[in-house]
Amino acid sequence: MAAQDDSTYEAYYVPEQSKMALCATIGLVTALIGLATAFNDMTFGEGTENTHSWLIFNLGLAFFVGTLFVWFRTTIRENRAGMNSAQLKHSYAIGMQWFIFSEVMFFAVFFGALFYVRNLVGPWLAGEGAGEMNYLLWPDFSYSWPMMETPQDSVVGGAAAQPIANNGVYTGPERDMSFPGWSNIAHWLPLWNTVILLSSSFTVHIAHLGLKQNNRAKLNLWLGITVFLGILFVSLQILEYYEAYVEYGLKLTSGIYGTTFFMLTGFHGFHVCLGMFMLLIQWLRATTAGHFTADDHFGFEASSWYWHFVDVVWVGLFLFVYIL
Amino acid sequence: MHSQAKRLLKLALSPVLLLLSFLSTGVWAEEAPRWQVNMSPGVTEVGAKIYDLHMTVIWICVVIGVVVFAIMFYSILAHRKSPDREPAQFHESTTVEIAWTVIPFIILVVMAFPATTTLIDIYNTDDAEMDILITGYQWKWKYEYINPEGENVKFFSNLRTGKTEIYNEDDKGEHYLLEVDEPMVIPVNTKVRFLVTANDVIHSWWVPALAVKKDAIPGFINEAWTEVNQLGVYRGQCAELCGRDHGFMPIVVNVVEREEYDNWLAEKAADAVKIKELMAQEFTLDELAARGKDVYMRSCVACHGVNGEGGVGKAIAGSAVATGDIATHLEITINGVPGTAMQAFGGQLNDVDLAAVVTYQRNAFGNNMGDKVQPIDVYQFKQGQ
Amino acid sequence: MAHGPAKGLSRWLLTTNHKDIGTLYLWFSFTMFLLGGFFAMIIRAELFQPGLQLVEPEFFNQMTTMHGLVMVFGAIMPSFVGLANWMIPMMIGAPDMALPRMNNWSFWILPPTFLMLASTLFMEGGAPNFGWTFYAPLSTTYAPSTVTYFIFGVHLMGLSSIMGSINIIATVVNMRAPGMTYMKMPMFVWTWLITAFLLVAVMPVLAGLVTMMLMDVHFGTSFFSAAGGGDPVLFQHIFWFFGHPEVYIIILPGFGVVSQIIPTFSRKPLFGYDSMVYATASIAFLSFIVWAHHMYTVGMPIAGELFFMYATMLIAVPTGVKVFNWITTMWRGSLTFETPMLFAIGFVFLFTIGGFTGVMLALAPADFQYHDSYFVVAHFHYVMVAGAVFSMTAAVYYWLPKWTGKMYNESMGKAQFWVSFVGFNLTFFPQHFVGLAGMPRRIPDYALQFTDFNMMSSIGAFIYGASQLFFLFNVIRTIIAGEPVNRDKVWEGAEGLEWTVSSPPPYHTFTTPPPVK
Ligand code: HEA
Ligand code: HEA
Ligand code: HEC
Ligand code: CUA
Ligand SMILES: [Cu+2]
Repeated sequence: MAAQDDSTYEAYYVPEQSKMALCATIGLVTALIGLATAFNDMTFGEGTENTHSWLIFNLGLAFFVGTLFVWFRTTIRENRAGMNSAQLKHSYAIGMQWFIFSEVMFFAVFFGALFYVRNLVGPWLAGEGAGEMNYLLWPDFSYSWPMMETPQDSVVGGAAAQPIANNGVYTGPERDMSFPGWSNIAHWLPLWNTVILLSSSFTVHIAHLGLKQNNRAKLNLWLGITVFLGILFVSLQILEYYEAYVEYGLKLTSGIYGTTFFMLTGFHGFHVCLGMFMLLIQWLRATTAGHFTADDHFGFEASSWYWHFVDVVWVGLFLFVYIL
Repeated sequence: MHSQAKRLLKLALSPVLLLLSFLSTGVWAEEAPRWQVNMSPGVTEVGAKIYDLHMTVIWICVVIGVVVFAIMFYSILAHRKSPDREPAQFHESTTVEIAWTVIPFIILVVMAFPATTTLIDIYNTDDAEMDILITGYQWKWKYEYINPEGENVKFFSNLRTGKTEIYNEDDKGEHYLLEVDEPMVIPVNTKVRFLVTANDVIHSWWVPALAVKKDAIPGFINEAWTEVNQLGVYRGQCAELCGRDHGFMPIVVNVVEREEYDNWLAEKAADAVKIKELMAQEFTLDELAARGKDVYMRSCVACHGVNGEGGVGKAIAGSAVATGDIATHLEITINGVPGTAMQAFGGQLNDVDLAAVVTYQRNAFGNNMGDKVQPIDVYQFKQGQ
Repeated sequence: MAHGPAKGLSRWLLTTNHKDIGTLYLWFSFTMFLLGGFFAMIIRAELFQPGLQLVEPEFFNQMTTMHGLVMVFGAIMPSFVGLANWMIPMMIGAPDMALPRMNNWSFWILPPTFLMLASTLFMEGGAPNFGWTFYAPLSTTYAPSTVTYFIFGVHLMGLSSIMGSINIIATVVNMRAPGMTYMKMPMFVWTWLITAFLLVAVMPVLAGLVTMMLMDVHFGTSFFSAAGGGDPVLFQHIFWFFGHPEVYIIILPGFGVVSQIIPTFSRKPLFGYDSMVYATASIAFLSFIVWAHHMYTVGMPIAGELFFMYATMLIAVPTGVKVFNWITTMWRGSLTFETPMLFAIGFVFLFTIGGFTGVMLALAPADFQYHDSYFVVAHFHYVMVAGAVFSMTAAVYYWLPKWTGKMYNESMGKAQFWVSFVGFNLTFFPQHFVGLAGMPRRIPDYALQFTDFNMMSSIGAFIYGASQLFFLFNVIRTIIAGEPVNRDKVWEGAEGLEWTVSSPPPYHTFTTPPPVK
């Protein structure tokens, strides 16, 4: 994007002083201190002390979310008051795009970790390739993915007899989450989730078209459907976690398979919730306040970019976590 | 909280303490090679190759440095501002840009050759005549001589320097911090393969004179090798931050003639047999407590303190475990506490020492349980698992 | 739009002005520099002679860790963000940063975060003690309970850095004055644009890594535990995938500063501007594929070892281009040696030495001897102290007259340079020797043979530390009692938009875009 020339110059809106940054900081830091203390109570605590950690967390979080609400409301109001130049809007767009890029990198780490443990660590632990001598430590471990038996399980005597002191206890699952065969395909939740999420990408696009054609009904309807599909996805995901924990014995502690499975799908699910929440807000703005015009609807656009991003991540997940 | 606060108070006083300690400790033992400024080629072929590579690269860098800085200092001297000097205004030349991209590249290629061949050499662990499994523990090394036809010989190697030397109450000996109770012994002119792993956190086994440094990763076995061509005692240290006493887990390798090595190994094997005999014996409370004190001071004191007051570990004095049921006490000592620094000592200490140390803990530091644990109890406890 | 700063404390707390935020960043980072330096002084005092005199080993480890963390994340990174805030809008002719409110937020996250980190020193279990590289499982299974605060602290720092960098990218991409094309931008702006890209790419990686730690510590996952099928080395791969670009994040803005200062005091345009831009971009690109040179001894397969060795060596080429360009800029110029120039020349000289030791470390077989010894400590202080800190000091002297409208005292500046230069070399040059002779890093006590060089090093560190206090005095003296400069172009040879406005510049610099030549 080249710099604009003189004739198109509009004054760039630099806001007055603002309390929002300070409040957001106070809220966020309080929440995280509360959360850290809560985790510490759980893992290191004596059980007798009452540190009010969850209370601190909740108060901080509420304050933080409240601040964000005011913050976004302010920017929306400024925009509707016509204070934002085209250039400022472009700054917002750049900001959102790079924010999404940072999220891509965040997911990349977890995919990278999955790749590394599946393709390198597993075989090494089983004494293949560069890990030739590891058979001395894990003599009975043989590797396959999904890892149903952890190296610890393979040691006779389990956790007590393992060659490394002080680990936790990692017991492999009874069943894995991958493709259960054609006959059970109807019960295979990830497939339905894929269908749901992919179609939601289309519905949000249709809503966007509606907005651009100034067809408000179309916008409201299809955006609403998108939000609904998001909720459906999250519900199925919760169902799947329930199944995994209760029926499959697949837990966070089920060794690296459970670890990567829950961390990848979990972070994705969290991002779906965020994206869905963003879309919900846009839907409320569109339906109740009549926001957005055919050529000025950055809030909607940013949320839909985010939604597409979440969708792409799911495709990666479906491939690498469930199918391959 | 309190110990931290005390420490900070001490720090506030540190300038005074520093001065005092400087005045008080005057002499430090014999002269080690105190002015050594360079890497040593060591006593192996690989070490010599690394040393050559190191020197080659240093000299290349020195030459580049001399040329580059000569030009810089020349302009600093010759091109300073003066009334009759108009600065030149040139600011581009594709030719020189290409030249100073290509020339360093060529220099790097020249360096890469010896580096590659040396590396390939280091990675070639084939044809080793013997294997030693090295396991890093917080804060000691275990050496296990792998014997394909029988029992392995294994032992721990602990720091020998006493606390009084470390805390400046005694003069520091010649090998301050670089001495152990039982060194590793290997034969000269023999290719020895090291299998390096760890039991808790990452350590790194480093003996500069052997040019071996390999990280000890818990759960994985790394390979390294050496072939020493000179008799002697070679010293090194753990080279990966591994917690509090990272600076206090030295390595000593004793390189001896083949024959001497064989004798040493046979002796070690005989010791192991003796321990087996001891295991069948009954001991009195006093015998156990005396032996247990030794074991405690060697293996437990680092975390549980001289007076059982605790530190990294929980206090033993008055501990519910040490004054409670024997089975739990054995269970914790043998299997450790997963997820904490408390290791599983079942595999580290023999049954006699385990019995002794548990007995000692139950009867020391004001814990007056009066009961005792015999080696056979430990044996049965282990069997019962 | 208001025309002047608000009165009182609210000016600083609630500000959206890039200059105010820049000032906040700069003072914050200097405070952190003193704190981190204080920790270093404790380290050096304990290492003054063998034996344990002042601190216990576990406290020593906390000092090493906190020193590294505070210096890298609290001192150097925020100081350059502060500089970016001050200078980038002025250099490209923009009214302010692109996203001013977010700008304020990225700053205000930092003080409470570091307060939280520092307060772990007083908590049960003590501060983080696992080194600034916090390798698992020492930082997971074996960590003190304060690790949780550390983890969330890293999350917060990451958030701050990501928002700060997004802001810089948006500013540079979108806010340039008409006519300010990319290839006309000052070098400092270029290096920051690339740095910001690196930050957005790798801070999320660090966030992901500490999240894995959090799960391993509290929720029983097994990322870094072989017993569950994970691998402690995975930790190191991810850490250094962040960590290596991080060291260029630390140095690239410094390169930018030096590229502004040397032409000014040579009265001659920067030689090879285009190749400087390409070299910076190449360094950034290469920084993503060399991470495992920190891990030569972990037992990687030889193919990996060779790949990372070759890739690492390649970085010497674009970095060399930069060094050669600076020197050629000086060649046949008309040089004067005011304090900023002295620091810039000191930078070129000492950074190159640090670069040479970097190339030595890059050679995998030799690194088997160097790794985790004081040789590495010497290497990275040459590039980080004589690199980042010297260039930052140069930047402060260079722009202080512009920021405050007052001139610092030249002889005091020069004195500070010479004391720093001598102190620095006395501290860190002998560390090469003890490292090569076999002294491991991160130890509170050492064998007797290393005594003399360590003593020298400690004395040097106290001298260098004193020179930093002198610097502080010098800056404060200038602000309070410096001679007014009364001219826009403070330095005779300076070029660029920032020298076309008054000193100090108006609160809102360019409300309409300035003409660009
Ligand atoms: C500002 C930060 C910074 C910078 C710029 C660099 C620059 C470089 N670093 Fe450094 N490094 C660190 C910060 C930095 N490093 C830190 C913090 C650590 C330790 C982390 C820890 O473990 O705690 C480290 C550790 C480290 C290691 C790991 C050592 C070990 O732990 O065993 C290695 C190994 O390859 C390395 C290499 C390099 C190289 C090749 C460069 C190159 O970029 C240097 C290039 C520059 C030049 C070469 C000079 C100029 C060039 C010429 C004049 C051209 C001609 C020259 C030749 C042909 C040789 N560094
Ligand atoms: C940019 C980053 C940066 C900077 C600027 C510095 C600055 C300094 N560092 Fe370093 N350092 C690191 C980054 C940095 N460091 C890192 C990443 C590590 C690795 C950590 C790890 O292993 O995990 C490390 C490790 C490290 C070690 C090795 C510790 C060990 O392995 O155990 C040492 C030892 O000498 C050291 C010394 C110093 C000194 C003397 C300074 C000096 O330049 C500091 C000068 C500043 C001051 C002194 C402040 C001003 C003065 C006062 C506040 C008043 C007090 C003054 C007096 C008493 C005179 N540092
Ligand atoms: C590396 C550190 C370390 C060493 C060495 C160590 N311990 Fe421990 N120990 C601990 C820690 C940490 C705990 C606390 C575990 C917990 O949180 O439950 C502990 C707890 C114990 C307990 C239970 C105390 C209680 O009240 O809960 C006993 C008994 C014990 N150790 C015995 C020993 C014996 C016997 C040895 C030596 C042979 C030893 N320990 C060596 C770290 C260590
Ligand atoms: Cu073991 Cu450091
Ligand atoms: Cu690096």
